[in-house]
Amino acid sequence: MLEIKQLIKKYRTGDLAINGVDLKVEKGQVMALIGPSGAGKSTLIRCVNRLETPTSGEIWFNGENIVKLRSGKLRKARRNMGMIFQEYALVERLTVMENVLSGRLGYVGFWRSYLRKFPQTDVKEAFRLLEKVGLEKMFNKRADELSGGQRQRVGIARALIQNPDILLVDEPTASLDPKTSRQIMRLITELCEEHQLAAIINIHDVALAQMFAERIVGLREGNIVYDGHPDNLKPDVLTEIYGEEDWTAVRKNKAKKGTESEFDDESLSEEHMAEMM
Amino acid sequence: MTEALSSTPKVWQHRNRNQQLLSWFLWLTGTAIFMYCWQMISESTTWFFVWDAPRIAADIGSRMIPPRWSYISELLEPLWDTINIATIGTMLAILMAVPVAFLAARNTTPSTKFVRPIALLIIVSSRSINSLIWALLLVSIIGPGVVAGIVAISLRSIGFISKLLYEAIEEIDKDQVEAISATGASGLQKLIYGIFPQILPAFAGISVFRWDINIRESTVLGYVGAGGIGLQLNASLNVLAWPQVTLILILILLTVIFSEWVSAKVRHAII
Repeated sequence: MLEIKQLIKKYRTGDLAINGVDLKVEKGQVMALIGPSGAGKSTLIRCVNRLETPTSGEIWFNGENIVKLRSGKLRKARRNMGMIFQEYALVERLTVMENVLSGRLGYVGFWRSYLRKFPQTDVKEAFRLLEKVGLEKMFNKRADELSGGQRQRVGIARALIQNPDILLVDEPTASLDPKTSRQIMRLITELCEEHQLAAIINIHDVALAQMFAERIVGLREGNIVYDGHPDNLKPDVLTEIYGEEDWTAVRKNKAKKGTESEFDDESLSEEHMAEMM
Repeated sequence: MTEALSSTPKVWQHRNRNQQLLSWFLWLTGTAIFMYCWQMISESTTWFFVWDAPRIAADIGSRMIPPRWSYISELLEPLWDTINIATIGTMLAILMAVPVAFLAARNTTPSTKFVRPIALLIIVSSRSINSLIWALLLVSIIGPGVVAGIVAISLRSIGFISKLLYEAIEEIDKDQVEAISATGASGLQKLIYGIFPQILPAFAGISVFRWDINIRESTVLGYVGAGGIGLQLNASLNVLAWPQVTLILILILLTVIFSEWVSAKVRHAII
């Protein structure tokens, strides 16, 4: 359904963000895109809905090459891709309902949208989705009155009301606390399953990615260095993606804290020194 | 550490020797220029008139009260004209200023090389000419009357409103606009959903602020024949009708207080 071929994106500053990526996403597949900051994760999904223009390569989506599309046709293609942002990107001074309904802008003419006269089916769908994300009572609140988790839920409803074929999700949990992060990830994956949606989810948190995605793609310096099942994400793979680091260190420290008598341990005392500095 | 403290203490001065000398010299020059100017002004002043000023002021003051209340019947119409000049002038200015602001803002202009400089030129030329001078020009072009006043006020206000508005447009959060374009919205829809809500408070604030200024400015436009209460003020001053002048000043004061009150209300309601 989505097929990226030899995609290259070079910024005007000369930075090579994407360096020849080939990627295929099937209908209904939830894929997590992991990688260090600056690996090109955001650029990749922003190229897919053309918030960035690729330097070269092809992006085939529902039988059309997105890279070649212009204004009108590009807007039609964008209607079928829902996007969810790290900082929610809600229009702060509009109400929750207006924000959700803005997902229908691609289907509604200028005057209807200006006068907020959306078709009744859209309004009904908006209410259904708000109930789904647990915000049915909030529809008349202004977006800037909501908490981070609630805002992201509105963002999800806005993407879903587009009735898309794919969700492009850019760091959905980076601004949220651990519990809300899990709830948001669960919500996204559940909704994907329910609507048979494919999704590309950029995410920093490897554990969350493993928990919720059925496929993981690792990006490093604009290249795909891993593509496979979450369970095969072993320390050597993580090193391949992120660089050298003791990936089992977390568990070791835990073990040490369990037996606090080991205070004479050299590495631990060094750590303490570092903390005190 | 303790060793360093006990031996010769390190000296810290706010200014070193040269900076101190320079500062002293600058003060000397400044004082000398001030004294020189003082002397020049003093020589060209007819001091008799200045010493006489309090007496004259008291004299005029005594003639100014009580105000000639009956004169109000002739003032209400020009006062209404004045308010209309300010209000209609501001509205016309807004109509023209909003497109100019979008053409001038870096993030919304269709072309930074060609269109933006033109928009900036419009803004600068409108701002550089005082509304009284616009009025003088317009009275000779379209003849005396309210219309000249309205056009003068609006021409002067375009630059003010455009400048402040385009600065507000350049400061919007572009994520919100991107989110709207990602839904497949058209250019105009991006404008009304992504940009308008973000600049609405600034827009309301700027508009009522300019209206407030225009009320004050339109009170003097009558001086050059561009309609409004300034005409009566000029006429009364010319015939030394001080009680009428008092009444006009009171009316202007009340109008300005009223406009202050309205703009405070509007700003409070929208922001």
